[in-house]
Parts: sequence; structure tokens; C-alpha cells
Amino acid sequence: MSSQIPVTEPDLLLQPGVAAGTKQRGELHQLMIEAWRVGRTKVGIAICAFIVAVAVFGPLVAPYSPTEFVGKPLAAPAPEYLLGTDYIGRDVLSRVLYGGITVIGLALAATVIGLLLGVGLGLIAGYSRRVWDETIMRLLDVVLAFPAIVLALLFVSILGAHLWLIVLMVGISHAPRIARVTRASALEISQRDFVHAAEALGVPRRNILFREILPNITSPLLVEFGLRLTYSIAIIAGLSFLGFGLQPPAADWGLMINENRIGVMVQPYAVLVPVLLIGILTIGTNMVADGVGRALIGIERGTGGDQ
Amino acid sequence: MSATPSTAQAQTDDVVLTVEDLRIVLDPSGIDIDDDVTFAIHKGEVLGLVGESASGKTTAATALLAHQRRGAKIAGGKIDIAGTDVLAASPSELRRIRGGLISYVPQDASASLNPALRIGTQLMEILEAHGYGDSSAERQQRLAQMMAEVLLPSDRSFLRRYPHQLSGGQQQRVAIAMAFACRPKVIVLDEPTTALDVTTQAHVLETIRDLTRSYGVSALYVTHDLAVVANLADRIAVMYAGRLVEIGPRNALFAGAWHPYTRKLLAAIPDLSGERALHGIPGWAPRPGQRVEGCAFTPRCDMRIDKCATDYPPYAGPTVEHQVRCWRWEEVRAQPAEIEGPLRVHSDGLSASAESMVVSAHNIDAYYQTKKILQDVTVDLHDHRCLALVGESGSGKTTLARCIAGLHPFKIDGPIELRGKPLARDARGRSRAERQAIQYIFQSPYSSLNPRKTIRQILQQPLDLFFDLSRDEAEERMERVLDHVALDSSLLGRYPEQLSGGERQRIAIARGLAAEPSVLICDEVTSWLDVSVQAAIIELLAKLQAETGVSMLFVTHNLALIRSISQEVVVMNDGRIVEFGLVDAVLDDPQADYTRKLLADTPSLEGVYATTG
Repeated sequence: MSSQIPVTEPDLLLQPGVAAGTKQRGELHQLMIEAWRVGRTKVGIAICAFIVAVAVFGPLVAPYSPTEFVGKPLAAPAPEYLLGTDYIGRDVLSRVLYGGITVIGLALAATVIGLLLGVGLGLIAGYSRRVWDETIMRLLDVVLAFPAIVLALLFVSILGAHLWLIVLMVGISHAPRIARVTRASALEISQRDFVHAAEALGVPRRNILFREILPNITSPLLVEFGLRLTYSIAIIAGLSFLGFGLQPPAADWGLMINENRIGVMVQPYAVLVPVLLIGILTIGTNMVADGVGRALIGIERGTGGDQ
Repeated sequence: MSATPSTAQAQTDDVVLTVEDLRIVLDPSGIDIDDDVTFAIHKGEVLGLVGESASGKTTAATALLAHQRRGAKIAGGKIDIAGTDVLAASPSELRRIRGGLISYVPQDASASLNPALRIGTQLMEILEAHGYGDSSAERQQRLAQMMAEVLLPSDRSFLRRYPHQLSGGQQQRVAIAMAFACRPKVIVLDEPTTALDVTTQAHVLETIRDLTRSYGVSALYVTHDLAVVANLADRIAVMYAGRLVEIGPRNALFAGAWHPYTRKLLAAIPDLSGERALHGIPGWAPRPGQRVEGCAFTPRCDMRIDKCATDYPPYAGPTVEHQVRCWRWEEVRAQPAEIEGPLRVHSDGLSASAESMVVSAHNIDAYYQTKKILQDVTVDLHDHRCLALVGESGSGKTTLARCIAGLHPFKIDGPIELRGKPLARDARGRSRAERQAIQYIFQSPYSSLNPRKTIRQILQQPLDLFFDLSRDEAEERMERVLDHVALDSSLLGRYPEQLSGGERQRIAIARGLAAEPSVLICDEVTSWLDVSVQAAIIELLAKLQAETGVSMLFVTHNLALIRSISQEVVVMNDGRIVEFGLVDAVLDDPQADYTRKLLADTPSLEGVYATTG
């Protein structure tokens, strides 16, 4: 095209992207880098990695089977059983090493369900506004009115203590809060012109939600996911303490606390170790979520135009 | 290269403010935002500081108050106001200097006034903080006087209002009153009229001019728009990429600038009279950290020599009044000032038949919720023609454009037709062919491109929706539309954030073109861009329109632009059409009072050119 139109000469002019490119390359990537710079993220990740390692590799190194009777009930620690035995004489260390995976697995599953539900509903509410927004958000307010554990207990008492039901109910109890975060972010994004541009082109609603809006709100959702995971761990452990998780004789941290509480004065390790592990894990996930959240705020404040 | 004759000699003069070798860097990277900035302002003089975005003009201006935004640091230089060394002042001295000796009027008054305090309280605060007058009664008197100076009522009920109860122009007047409150020696005005409509802008500029003249206050007027300062400033300083490239008396500068950048900047300013052709500057201004070793304008300059890229030229010029920093300034000076023949889009020989009619909107009423915001509006768009839709903010021009595009979310009465067939109100209710026929280009290229998508994905969207193309065909089509908007196909893999504002707007135009529409609606497409880039985009659109014959609706608030792009114009005010006709007819002989007022208030270089010959 030979014309009077000024053609930019890429080799001669400095491309803004050359300098910006190092910083650009995906907001999520940048968020990860920034989050890593926050001290608490590192500590949190270390904690989580340790607990997850215990839960995942524990069964491989456990000295006994979790259901094997190795000594007298509530025996104090000894060389054969380093953390003593539980209320019916099983090895506490082995049960701890076997009993983490369920808590972590179920909590993750519940959080993912909550995320899928919440993001889906929040996107629809935030984008469509008006009737759908009102309907969805008010219905979610009803769910929000029930404490998570009560909601789960309600359904478990009606339908029975199925693991899938517990996971589902914990997930559902998370949905309203995740939906609120999603809705608020989606509302802001859906007023940008690129969404209007897609509407004018006639892009299907589903694509507007998932291809135009969703990729722009991943950062706050990531923070929310970390936070919800923390709650999931606490709720799942709590439910199994109440006897609605895995059933005896399975090994599970929450269940162990319940089983052994009668002997806590005699043999504290059977209660204390699972309590500590659950506690430390929630602190770990919470620290990661907090670190990412702080990084997000930092990025939002830091990029306020160049002049 | 730093010591310039202007400061040395100016000391003897009635100089109020001198800035020497000012250097401001980003902290902690040390990348310079401003370097080597030297100028002086005389008593009662208005110096216009002109530059494009990221030229460092605002940073330099706030440095006069020894203030820097977060992340920037004054790394060197000297600022002297009436014998006070500002940069050496202690915090308590600074409090006295700011507002007392030098004051600041920000760009956006609505953001700078405290929304929770009544304006009377805020104004009184300034006087009290600086211990103005001996008694409360004296301060009250001064307050009334200040309000009178900026032509605002000073009665109790007005002073008891909150900022949100004032109009944008009134807010800016309050901000100006605050700046003048303690009779400072110097006042820094940072684009104070950018957020205002032309009519309000004209009044505010007049107020500023009167105040500086009657009280002998010196002013530094920072702006990106040469036309705004053309009738206000005594001298003009031009900044480019953090350095002063030329400073000189206004008339001399307009009659024949000595720096290639100043010349090109002048040629990029749209001209109301249509006497000069509009010329963009290729490329864009480099941001801090991306500047070349020597003169930063080198890559965009058509007079560059090898030396330009490596060595920064010193201040030069026969007089201290007019200084320039270019190795070849004498050659530039020798060139005739480039005032080319009129550029007008030809409007003769256009047939306005029913067959050529693409979109017609007849007797349209539109609502925002329940409020009627368009009243009985009628427009017709024809093939091979560009219709300019002009009006101030709130005139309903964008609403009308959005109604046509199917983006108005509220009630519309009256038929909008595409080649005689009625269109649904909502874009979703329209057929694929109808959506394809009307393409919309948004005001801000910073908001209209999804930051999470590559340019390829963005351009792919209309192709996927409207055409059944193979991968190779799509790729070829994308390269072709990029070529149309003068961009290289190497950009396809980039994200919008990696492009400059002008490039982004070209991408947005390319997206519109990719659909091969019959109508292109351009909604204030240049208002977010620098003048030099604006001119290039207008050139591009005019050329595309002529080549493809696409019908264009060009929505703008800037009357000066329309001669360069459109044949017909519709002037809107308050949701109604006040005048319409061929561009030349309307601009040369406006019939409506409103159009006449708008024309009179539009900043223009005409007056300056008339006085300088």
C-alpha cells in the first residue's frame, strides 16, 4: 500500500511492547510472581507442601496398616509406636499418615464444586443484571443464611451420611460467597466496551461470559478459591469429627479426634497430632490466599497509568 | 549543554520563576521522565507548556511545587520563585510556598475538591491556612471577592453547596478561585479545561486570562492542545519525551517553528477554517525508558541525520527568547512554514437518492430509563458518504449512534431502517447480515479490546461470526485488514497492552473493517489519542472511506475535525438536532445560534495565523 498514510516502521520505532512485554505476558503469571514476593506466601506454600506431602506419601512410609492392632489401647509413645496407640490399640502414627488424604481430597473437591457453581451463577448475575441478577442473588442469600455446617447436617440427616453428599453440600454452601465476588468483578468488566463490541457483533452469550469476561476476573477468583479451601478443610474435618465423614474403622484426621477424645488425658497424641495438622494446614492455605490477595491489591495500586 | 543564555540573562529581567536543568527520574529504576528542563517565566506572563502524553509535562509542572507523584523523584536542578529556592525548602516552608507563592489548578476539579465539605468551607480553609487577612471579616470579604473574580455568585446559599451540586465548569472555577486565593506569584494550570465542554472551556480560559492580566500573576499552562493555548499564552514551550525541544514567543512559533516536531505538531492540529490540511506524525512518542540516546524525536523525524540518534543537541537560537534543540534548526527555519492548500472532502456531485440510503432513523425518541434523552431526531446515512454528528457532552450524539448500532439498552420510539428494512432495537434481535452491516468503533481503544485476547483472536471474532473461512483464508484476511490500517501483521500475536493507543485504535478499526460493513460508526474515536496520532487516524479513516465507499457516521465533539473527514454534518444539542447540512455550508454560514456559539468557542489557530500573517 503506497499512500500518504504513515506506515509505522517496526525496526525503526521502539515498540511499546518491547519494554512492556517483560511485564505483560498474562496477568495471572504476573500475580504469581508478585505473590511469591510476599513473605507469607512462601511460608504458606511451605506449610501446605509439608502437610500435603504427609497426606500423599504417608501411606508409603507408614510402619503399620491403619487398622492393625499393635498394642494396648491408649498406650504411651514407645519405640514400636512413636506416637502411642489409639483408643483400641492401633498405631497413631500410621493412622495419621493414612488419614490426611481424605480431608484434603474432600475439601478440594468441595471447593471446586463451590467454585464452579459460584462462578457460573455469579457470571450470569453480573452480566445479565435485572431479573436474573435479582433472582440468583436472592436465592443465594437464602443459602447464605444457613451456616455451612448446619446446611450440610440438614441434608445429611435426611439423605444419610454419604461422602458425595457432604462434598456437594459444602460446595453449595460456598457458592453464594464465590458468586458475590464473581458478580462484582463481572459487573465491572461487562461495562467495558469490548463486551459491548462483542454484543454488537452478536457473539453468543455463553462466549461473552466465558471468553470475554471470565479471563479478566481470574485474579480475584484465585484469592477467593484459596480462602474457600481453608473453610472447606475446617468444615470437612468438623463434619467427620461429628461422625458424618468416613466411617470407622477408616483413618481420618477428623474422625481420629472424635474417637480418641475420651482418652485425651491419658494419651493426648492421638488427638493433638491430627488437630495440629488440620490447624497448620488451614493456616497454610489461608496464608497463601492472603499473600495472593495482597499481591493483587499491590498490582492494582501500582499500575495507575504512566504519567 | 545545560547552561543556557536564557536563564543567565533572564535574572536581570522581571523574571518571577526560573527552572534550571530540572531532572526527574522514576524511583527506584532511575529512568528519567524529565531531563534538562530549563525555562523562565516573567511577571504576568503566561507560558504554555505543550506536549503529548508521556512527554513529562505534568511531572515537570508539579515539580514547580516541589511535589512528585509516587514513584517519581526530583533528581536534580534548581527551581527559583521570586528568590525562594523551592527544592531546598523545608516542609514548613513548603506549606507556605504552596498556595502562597505558587498554586496549582488540577485537570479534574471534581476529583480535587473534597466531596464532603461545602465549597465555602474549602475556600475559607485556604485563607486560614495561609493566615490571609487579620480578621474573619476580612477573610469573608476576600472570599466574596474571589468568587466575583471567577464570576461565581458569593451568596451564602451558593457557598453552602457541596462540590457535586456544581457543574463541571463551576467546579473548575472554584478550583481556580482557590489557586488565586492568596494572590500567588505563579499559578500552574494542569490541563484545567480538558474535562470541560468547549463552551465552558472558552469561559474558563477567559477567566484565567483576565485574572493573570489584572493581577500580574504569572502562569504555566500545561496542555496537550496547542489550539487551547494559541490565544492565551505569551510564550510556548514544547516538550517531547521529557525534554524541552523548543521555547519561543507564541507568534514566532506559529509563524515558523524551528524544531521539526513543533512544525509537525502544528500540522496535526485540526483547523476549523479548513485552510490547512491535516497531517499526522507517523509512530508515537516514546515512553520513559524507551528513548533513544540522542534526540528522542529521531525515529519520527524526516530530517534526521546520523548525529541525531547519538547526540542530544544543545539549546540554540539567536535570542534568549526563542530557543530550540535541534541540530538542523537553521535548515528547518529556512523552510517555508507549511500552510498547505485547503483540504476539504468533496461534497459536490453527491447524489442523495433513496437507493444510496443505507441507514435511516426517522423521528427517533430514545429514553434513559424513563427520561427522554433524544427528541424527534432524524438522520440518513448514504453510501460513499460520511456524516459527522457533532455536539457537546450530553447532547445525545453517542446515544443516537448506539441506537443505530443496537447497543441502547432502553426504550426507543421510531423506526431505524437498514436499506429500507426495520431493525430490531437490540443487536441480538437483528439478523447476522444486519449485525455485519453496521460496525461500531468505540471511543476508548483502552477499553474496547479484550486485554486477555491476542490481536489475532480479536480480529478472528468477526471473521468467525460472519464468514465461513478456512484457517489460511482467515489469516490472509486478517493480514489484509491490518494492511488497510497501516499495521504490520507481526502484531497478530501480541496482546493489546503491548500496543500504543494509536495502534490499538487501528486494531479496533481493523476489527470493524474485517466484517466488511456497509456502515462504520466512529464514536469519538480520537478523543483518547494525542493530536499527532489523532491526525493520522483521521487521515486513515478518510482514506478508507474514499477507497471502500463505506458509509460512515463520525461522532465527535470537535467541530474542527469534521472538515477533514465528512461531507455532511448534523449538530445536536440537548437531545435534538439544531442544524444539519453540507459541512462547508454549515461551518461557513451557520444558521442556528447554537452552532454559531459552538464555532466561536472552538479553540482555533486562525486568530494566531491572522496576526502573524
